[in-house]
This record gives sequence, C-alpha cells and structure tokens, in this order.
Amino acid sequence: MEYVLIFITAIFVNNIVLSQFLGICPFLGVSKKVETAMGMGAAVAFVLTLSTIVTYVIQKFVLDPFGIAYLQTIAFILVIAALVQMVEIILKKVSPALYQALGVFLPLITTNCCILGVAILVIQKDFDLLTGVVYAFSTALGFALALIVFAGIREQLALVNIPKGMRGMSIALVTAGLLAMAFMGFSGVDKGLSTLFGLD
Amino acid sequence: MNNFKVLMNGIVKENPTFVLLLGMCPTLGTTSSALNGMGMGLATAFVLVCSNVVISLIKNLIPDMVRIPAFVVVIASFVTLLQMVMQAYVPALYATLGLFIPLIVVNCILLGRAEAFAAKNGAIPSFFDGLGMGLGFTIALTILGGVREFLGTGKVFGFTIMPEDYGMLIFVLAPGAFIALGYLIAIVNKLKKA
Repeated sequence: MEYVLIFITAIFVNNIVLSQFLGICPFLGVSKKVETAMGMGAAVAFVLTLSTIVTYVIQKFVLDPFGIAYLQTIAFILVIAALVQMVEIILKKVSPALYQALGVFLPLITTNCCILGVAILVIQKDFDLLTGVVYAFSTALGFALALIVFAGIREQLALVNIPKGMRGMSIALVTAGLLAMAFMGFSGVDKGLSTLFGLD
Repeated sequence: MNNFKVLMNGIVKENPTFVLLLGMCPTLGTTSSALNGMGMGLATAFVLVCSNVVISLIKNLIPDMVRIPAFVVVIASFVTLLQMVMQAYVPALYATLGLFIPLIVVNCILLGRAEAFAAKNGAIPSFFDGLGMGLGFTIALTILGGVREFLGTGKVFGFTIMPEDYGMLIFVLAPGAFIALGYLIAIVNKLKKA
C-alpha cells in the first residue's frame, strides 16, 4: 500500500514538472507535438529508472563507505552522462526500432534536471532501493503525463489567433500555469489516501 | 567587441531568462520571493564566472572529443565548492534553495556559455561574459521574484507595500510562477519591438 501511495503522490500531487519545477526545459521544448512528447516521456522513464538504481548503488557502496559524500554532485552527473551514452550505444545495437523512436531524445536527457534531481531526492529522502525505484518510475510517469497533456493543448493553440507579443513561449508558460492550477486540485489526495490505508 | 559590450550583452541584449529562455527550472522554482530569486541568481553567477574563466584557460589542453564531459566536471567542481561555502555561511538560504543548488550543474546557461563563448575566447572576455550573463540572470530572477512576492503577499524584499489581505496567494504557489513569467516575457517582447 505504501508503494501505491508513493505512485499516486508522485504522479498527481507532487508532479515533478508542475509542482516541483524539474525538467522544465524538455517540458517547454519538446511539447509541440503529442507524438514527440510520447517519445520523450518514454525515454525519460527508461533512463530515470535506470539512473536511480545506478546512482543509489554508487552512493551506498562507494560514496558513503569512503566518506566522500560531498562528491555526490560530481559523481552523479558523470555517472548519468556515461549511462546515457551507454544506453544509446546498447539500444542502437540491440533494438534498432526502439533506438529509432527514442534515439533523438537521449542526448538531451543528460542535461534534463529531473534525472539528477530525482537521483539526489531519493538519497535525501532516505528511501530503500525498491521504494526509490517505484518513486523514480512514478515520477517519470508524472513527467510523461504532464508533457503529453501539455502537447495536446499546444497542438490546439497552434490553430488559434494569439496576440503578437504573447506568441511562442509566453502563451506556453501561461498555459502551463493553468495546467499547474488544475493539478493543484489533487493536493490533499495524498493525506486522504494515507488515512485510508491506515499509514498515519 | 570590447569588454563593456560583452558585459551589457549578457544583461540586456541576450538576457538568459527573458531573451534566450535558458535555465527555466531554477527561474520558476526559486522565485517565490525577491530575496530567494536574487540568492539563486548570485549563486549561479558565481559558478558561471568561475567556470567561464577556468574553461577559457584550459580550452587548449582539452581534446575536442571529450570537451563536453570536461566542461561538466569543471562546472560540477565549482558547484560543489559553492554548496560547501553556502552551507557554512548562509545555511538558511541554502535550505530554502535546497535541491536547486546542486542542480546548477545541469543549468543550460553554464554549459551553453562554456561552449558558445569560453571555448572560443580568452580569460578576460570570458570573465566579463560570465559576469554579464550571471548578472542578467540575477536581475531577471529578482524581478520575477519581486513581481510574485508583490502580487502574492503585497511585499517586496519583505517590506509591506500593499496590505497582505489584497495579495493573491496563487502567485507564490507553483501556477503563479508560470503565469508571471509568461506575462513578463510578453512585456519584454513588446518592449523589444518598440
């Protein structure tokens, strides 16, 4: 039940993009079409889950035992960059079809702050590995959901006559604001669920 | 281009937030008040100036193939340094900004300037470019933080200007960040044409 709570909280209540402001660049950059949004969402889900496992292992078995936790930022960003490269190479060899679908998005993911952010959050919140993985995967789903919904809205926006100064990023940000407001409607759901499951 | 021009370029003509639209995560995530915005801006500016200078000095030593990872390591080192200094001297601000301090590493402004400017120019112009971009970012974050704080709570930098009861709390919360920045960019677009 604890995992269900983490799952729902990460997707709806503390949505990574709309309430924690991580991963805004791809959220605004690759959200012009629903199809590309889906590709990006899938790529992030894949890398985020994988990188959380790897960074968790590094933190617990390398950084903590040697007392060099202050090197966390440097270690994590290098591991993530190397991991993304590796995933790209392996995908190209093993599954060309999947590479075709996700390939273009992979290089962009290294500088996606939600990957590094979630890796650090999992350590900060003191999750165990399984909880961390559930958290990372549901966060990625939340990212994908926000991205796809937003892309759907932007496809409609392209057909509308918008005042000149507001075109482009300006109207996109205001739309994102309204979407964030809609997601605020979920706040409190996590409290209710934890009471329902008897976790308080 | 002289150094003064390079400096002003970052602050006005190529302002990273309002014109280039880079580094959106900290821009939206840390600007719940003018002070927080300014703190985040200055922290980023410090890393930007240091990394720009170091990268411009070592650019000839780095093989082209491993350019980007090398830049990232330089940036990450300065971020770690900044984390330690902030933890020691401004723990309250460090706690408020939280996750966004380590996330300076993945801020596109830093890697962008390293690649676009520091890798091609000497140390002194790179210093001014870093300073200009950093100040441009700081000014933008302070303005956005000020607007949100004013509309949300009626204060600016903690000084009450309008009674708090008239404030719209939504501007301090997440949606207000998107909406306030959206309208600020619209205003900048309008001014640019005029």
